[in-house]
Amino acid sequence: MAGRATPWLIGLTLVLMAAGLVGGLWLAPPDYQMGDGFRIIYIHVPSALLSMVVFAVMAVASAVGLIWRIRMAHAVTAAAAPIGAAFTFIALVTGALWGKPMWGTYWVWDARLTSELILLFLYFGYLALVHAFPDRRTGDQAGAILAIVGAVDLPIIHFSVQWWTTLHQGATLKLSGTPMPVSMLWPLLVMMLAFLCYFAWLLMVRLRAEILRREYRARWVEKI
Amino acid sequence: MDSWHEFWTMGGYARFVWPAYGVAFVVLLGSGWAAHRGLRRALARVASRVRGGRR
Amino acid sequence: MFIELLRRECLLAWRRPGEALTPLVFFLVTSMLFPLGLTPDPDLLRPLAPGLIWVIAFLAGMLGVQGLFRADYDDGSLEQLLLSPRPLTLAILAKALGHWLVTGLPIVCGAALVAEMLFVPPHVLAALVAGLALGTPILTLLGTLVSALTVGLRQAAVLAPVLILPLSVPVLIFGAHSALLAMHGQSTARAFVVLAGMLILALSLLPAAAALGLRIGHEA
Repeated sequence: MAGRATPWLIGLTLVLMAAGLVGGLWLAPPDYQMGDGFRIIYIHVPSALLSMVVFAVMAVASAVGLIWRIRMAHAVTAAAAPIGAAFTFIALVTGALWGKPMWGTYWVWDARLTSELILLFLYFGYLALVHAFPDRRTGDQAGAILAIVGAVDLPIIHFSVQWWTTLHQGATLKLSGTPMPVSMLWPLLVMMLAFLCYFAWLLMVRLRAEILRREYRARWVEKI
Repeated sequence: MDSWHEFWTMGGYARFVWPAYGVAFVVLLGSGWAAHRGLRRALARVASRVRGGRR
Repeated sequence: MFIELLRRECLLAWRRPGEALTPLVFFLVTSMLFPLGLTPDPDLLRPLAPGLIWVIAFLAGMLGVQGLFRADYDDGSLEQLLLSPRPLTLAILAKALGHWLVTGLPIVCGAALVAEMLFVPPHVLAALVAGLALGTPILTLLGTLVSALTVGLRQAAVLAPVLILPLSVPVLIFGAHSALLAMHGQSTARAFVVLAGMLILALSLLPAAAALGLRIGHEA
């Protein structure tokens, strides 16, 4: 089962991560505006992307779990949540460390930052809710509803935060809007893929643990 | 990048670039470690049950 | 059945006025703290007042709604509701509406009084009250969902705000800023349209989601 794919994922993650890091930290030229500070992009953007992808995965898995009553799907949601929270956290911290030299402060109430912060709270809420139930199955289903409602709400949150920040400040915080040269872009794409593979790897590991925990009493488990 | 010196100083942004990468990899490795620990524990629990059942 | 449940909700609140009025009292007491804690100067309070009122109204609304199903769960009438052949979604809508009438509406009215005390000019007051009238029902509906999800849990009181607040950010943003727009003499139409749209979305989706949540909790 999942065990078969894992070595491939590990290898792919390591190779892509190494290539992306070399490309991003060494080969790519410094940005003409931000100098070498822009190199934070190679971890910031992939983790921000993943933080959203993971929530989408959770919402879809939750919907599948609720509609077709597949317990496996709930295990996917439960396994993905902590990883998504970690990515969101990384995106926020690296964003703060990027903001300090570029904007002069660690934090601004910028639309994307604020949405990301709310996303982190949604992850925390999901984890808190699921773990509050003594019974796993009830927690799964309650969490699934929350994940779906959260996924419906996220675009609204993003839209509202954007509206709110445009009221307060102009587009002064825009990143340099020029299109990226290829030498800067490819490490970013590679790093995105690397993060995606890392997520898939960890998801497999967590999923196996979740299933073993859930199917504790099942017969087939004994064969492993 | 032309030299190791340039690499480590990051054009004056070392103070921000390296902690960012540091935090990112600590969190990434940490979540990986947590995931594997969870799997090990689940496996150990199943193993102890199987052994207990046979006895 | 909808009317019956609504009447029951109001009757229960009437019999135990202390419980129903707590959010309103919380709202009034907390809003008194801001002039004391910040400044009594009207010129400084005026620009902050709409935002402050919105935030307090939010917290007060959450205070009441998190225990929406608690009493019914304890005395078993929730069980009856779940077992009855009538649509649960409608019953939940009735409960939410009843709860809003008993706690939300007084807060909307109380906001007018507090706004006066915080020196909000009259034309902003209209936007503030209208925004609260549109926004607090959304908050009640979100709270209904969360209290349905957490009904049997001991930690519900701590958990509910953690779950409700991130979800309700858009309501706060559009609500509070419609009042600020009015204060700056700008058009509030767009903010109100968005608020109304969110209310319609919440009305159509959240009662059904809450019904699902209650059934899940019940099956366990």
